[in-house]
Formats: sequence, C-alpha cells, structure tokens
Amino acid sequence: MTLEQARADARPETHARPGRFEVDAVMGVVAREWILFRESWSSTTFAAVVEPTLYLLAFGFGMGALVGTLAGYSYIDFLGTGIVAVSVMFQSMMPGVINTFIKRKFQHTYEGILAAPVDVREVVTGEALWLALRSGTYGCVPLLVAVCFGLRPGPWAVLVPFVAFVAGFAFALFGIWISALIRSVRSMDYVFSGLFTPLFLMAGTFFPLTGLPEWVQVGAMANPLYHAVELIRGAVFGDIAPGAVLVHVAVMLVFIVLIWFLAVHQLRRRVVS
Amino acid sequence: MSGRDAPAVPALLLSGVVKRFGSLTAVDGLDLEVPQGVVLGLLGPNGAGKSTTMRMLTAQSTADEGEIRILGHRIPAESKWARARMGVVPQHDNLDEELTVEQNLRMFTYLYRVPRRDRAESIARALRLAQLVGRGDTRVDGLSGGMRRRLLIVRALLHRPELVLMDEPTVGLDPQVRQDLWSVISALRDQGVTVLMSTHYIEEAERLSDEVALMASGRVVERGTPADLVAKYAGATVEEYTPGVEGVDALERLIHDQGFTTRRTGTTLSVLRAEELPDSLRDRLGQPQRRASNLEDVFVTLTGETFE
Repeated sequence: MTLEQARADARPETHARPGRFEVDAVMGVVAREWILFRESWSSTTFAAVVEPTLYLLAFGFGMGALVGTLAGYSYIDFLGTGIVAVSVMFQSMMPGVINTFIKRKFQHTYEGILAAPVDVREVVTGEALWLALRSGTYGCVPLLVAVCFGLRPGPWAVLVPFVAFVAGFAFALFGIWISALIRSVRSMDYVFSGLFTPLFLMAGTFFPLTGLPEWVQVGAMANPLYHAVELIRGAVFGDIAPGAVLVHVAVMLVFIVLIWFLAVHQLRRRVVS
Repeated sequence: MSGRDAPAVPALLLSGVVKRFGSLTAVDGLDLEVPQGVVLGLLGPNGAGKSTTMRMLTAQSTADEGEIRILGHRIPAESKWARARMGVVPQHDNLDEELTVEQNLRMFTYLYRVPRRDRAESIARALRLAQLVGRGDTRVDGLSGGMRRRLLIVRALLHRPELVLMDEPTVGLDPQVRQDLWSVISALRDQGVTVLMSTHYIEEAERLSDEVALMASGRVVERGTPADLVAKYAGATVEEYTPGVEGVDALERLIHDQGFTTRRTGTTLSVLRAEELPDSLRDRLGQPQRRASNLEDVFVTLTGETFE
C-alpha cells in the first residue's frame, strides 16, 4: 500500500451514533443468519418439511383409521393443526438451545458480534426474530400437506403464518434462555427429555387434553404450546370465541416479555465476566 | 493524527482499573493513557492481565474499580458508542468457516452499520489491505493460517475505526506469517489509526509500536518508546558470560559489586549496559558473547519475570 493510498483511505467518515436499542443492530444479527441460511437452506428445508410431513402421514393414516373424531374435529383436522404448532416449537426452540450454545461456547461468535456496536439485547432479539421467521414459515408446510389430505381451512387460516411467527418467537426466546442456563452439552439431555417432551405432549397436539388428569390440564395453561395450538386451530377453523383469542394472545405476549428479559439477563451473565 | 476528533481527547484512558476473579486479581490498579494516532504495544508475559484488559475495553468484562474511557466514552455505560468507533481483533479466530471470505466481511458490514452504498467499497478495501483480492469467493476453511488472521484483522476495519484493539494478533503463527501481518499493522499506523496491541513477542512490540507499555502482575510497570526504554534500563550492549555452575554465583556478586545489573538464564549471566564495563573488571570475566540490548532485558530488569 502506498502512503497516498493510505491517506485517501483514512479520510474521515461519520459513524452511526448508536442509541440504546437499535433495530439496525437487530437486523445486523438477522442479516448474518440470512447469509448463513442461504448456504444451508436445502438441508434445513428438507428437515423442516419432511419430518412433520412424515408425522402427519403416519399418524394421519395410522391413527386416523382408528379414531373417527376428536374433540369435535376429524382426526386429520385435529392433527394437521396440532403439528403446525409442534413443528414451529421444535424448529425454533431446538436451534434456540443448540445453535446458541455452539455459538457461545465453541465458535466464539458472540465475542465477535459483541465487539461490534451490538449489545446482548439486540443479539437475543435478532436470533429469536430470525428463528421465528424461519419456523413460522416452515411451520405452515404441514398445514398445506394436511389440506392435500382433506383438511378444509376457513378464511381466518391466513392468520396462521402470523400466529406461527409469534409462537416461534416465544419458543426461540425460551430456547435461548435455556441455552444460556446450561453449562455443558450433556445438560441438553435433561432439557430435551425433561422439558421439551412434556411440553409437547401436554398441549393438545396429537390428542385433546380432556382425557388427561385435571392437574395436567391446569398445568397446560402455562404451556405456551397449548395456547399456540388453540390459536392455530381457532384460526384454521374459525370456531374460537373472541374472549378465548384474547386470553391466548395475552398469555403468549406475557410469556414473550418475561422470557425475553430472562434470556437477555442470563446470556449477559454468560458472555460478560 | 487522524484529525477526526479533538486531539485533546485520548483514544484510551484507564485509571486505577482493578479486575478480580475470585481470589485472583488479574488487573491491579492499571493506569494507561493512549493519545490518538499512537500505536501502543502492551507487552507482558502470559497472565500479566493483557487479555483481561482487552476484554474490559470491549465491555465483555467489567472492572471492579477504576475508570475506563474510550475516545471520551465511559466504559461500560457508553460502550456501544465506543464500539462503533473502534475495531476489535480477537485472539480466538471466530470467522465463519463454512462461509466465503466475502460473506464473512459482508456480515460485519451489517453489524458495523456500514451504509448500504459503502458496503461494496468497504469490502473491496478490506480485501486489498488483507492481500486477499481475488479470494473473495474462497471458503474460509480453505485459507491458510496467515490468510485467516489477515481476514480477521481487516474484518475489524470495515467501518474505518479510529481505534483498533488487537489481542495477540500473531499468536501461534510461524515467524514468516507473523512478519506478513506486520505490513497490515504498519499500514494502519500510516493511516493515523490508534492501535492498542497486546503481545508477548518482544520483536513485534519493538518493530511496530511507537510506544510500549510493559505490563506485569496486572499493572503497567514502565512505558516509553522501545529505544528510550532500552537505553534507560539496558544500555546499548549486553554481554553474556557462561562461567559454569560453580562460578556463576561468584561472578554475579563481582559484577553487582561494581554497580551493574545482571540477568541470569540457567548458568548464563547477562550483563546489561556492558559498554560501560571498566576494562579492569572485563579482564576478570572471561570471553563474552555480545548482543544488542532489547526490551526483554528491560522487562526482566524491571519485574524479575521472563516471557515464556
């Protein structure tokens, strides 16, 4: 490099003066994920589409032949909507736990991002936003498959991607929080078996909650997946009371706010010594 | 001087900074001021507190006591403002291996808020500086160690920072690759960018730094230009004597009695400021090996610690 070139390069440039919480920083984190996604979209899409579709086919044909109706729905209607929510949960919460953990512990990714003008709140929000966008989009695939197998959605079904996005945001934050709590990869076994499986089973996804003991039914009220399932089913079939919509939406929002604070607090404890 | 800020505002100001981890005090009352436009080498052995200091400057570690300011911004409260104006080269390579060189840089143009219209030029400039022109589409896992480290450095320069922090930028690289990197750091100095570079390589600090701060046990023990420090503490020449196991203690006493400072490495005795040894004494010492004094002599004299 010549000195002249160096001088030209060193000309002054105005820098952004970052505010307290910046959308630009969040979008920077999302942009990073988008670049990574473009490199791996085929395998990610394969997994995201094939797995719920196989579930739908296996349970739809296998169980559908045995079960006529469930809670007033045909089994394919009940299952098709339940799998949307389950798919959103797994595709946001799992990477929320695993990817965040790998980036923090092994790839030192957050050290790099946090050395740029980005803070932990923006990292958490950006990561969750990306996972919500991705899982919210992929989550709609099983619904389309179910339509091919006879599910007939109503006009409010257009809201499903939005509900899936909000649910994905909530579960991604939950995953990020868990990821910041655990210290080793081994702890993930406890999380997946002890936390994810009960959440997934106690939500009215594959079967209604009404057959379960009362304490489980009460406990399910605190399960965001239950509220996501009810909202998605309600949107697809348009058979939900407005009051119930409000309650489900309120629970989801309270959950999001609470878990966002917990995730930010816990991740900050991990990355700032 | 970059001319971007009033010169009166130091690029870095640390005052009475203390950082403890349990019973270990990693940084113990650190005072350091770095004016704008200066390349300062923070030289010290492993465990001197260099990396902890670097982490405090990026607010990834918070000081227990003392005050830190970067370009006038209080740390950690205004750290984000500071980070918008500085670039950080981490000790650990955290490039995204499965992405290309260009993609790695593009990602950070977003994080550094480089305006959309300037992104392409910013990436092109980084590739030129890293001597990676034509390799934009190469995946990072296909680069050599030296190329990766150059990429890691220019990734921190995409937003034209006024201050660059480098934590052991050449650690673990072989000597030839290390020297290649020096040209990148020299180019920064030519541009008037302030650089704080921690290192435990003496030659690197001597070669690249306008000034060095010698750090030991969590504090700066001395500071100045490499030439001044060497002249002040070690003179021009060091003579090394190898009297054998039996003779070394006696020889050391003899030289000390004459008011000279020595360094001992095994049974080799190094006499600092040897150009001032009187002939009468030199006659009794035997045949020495002569070499130029260096910063390590200064460091060992000041702290009693060695580097490895």
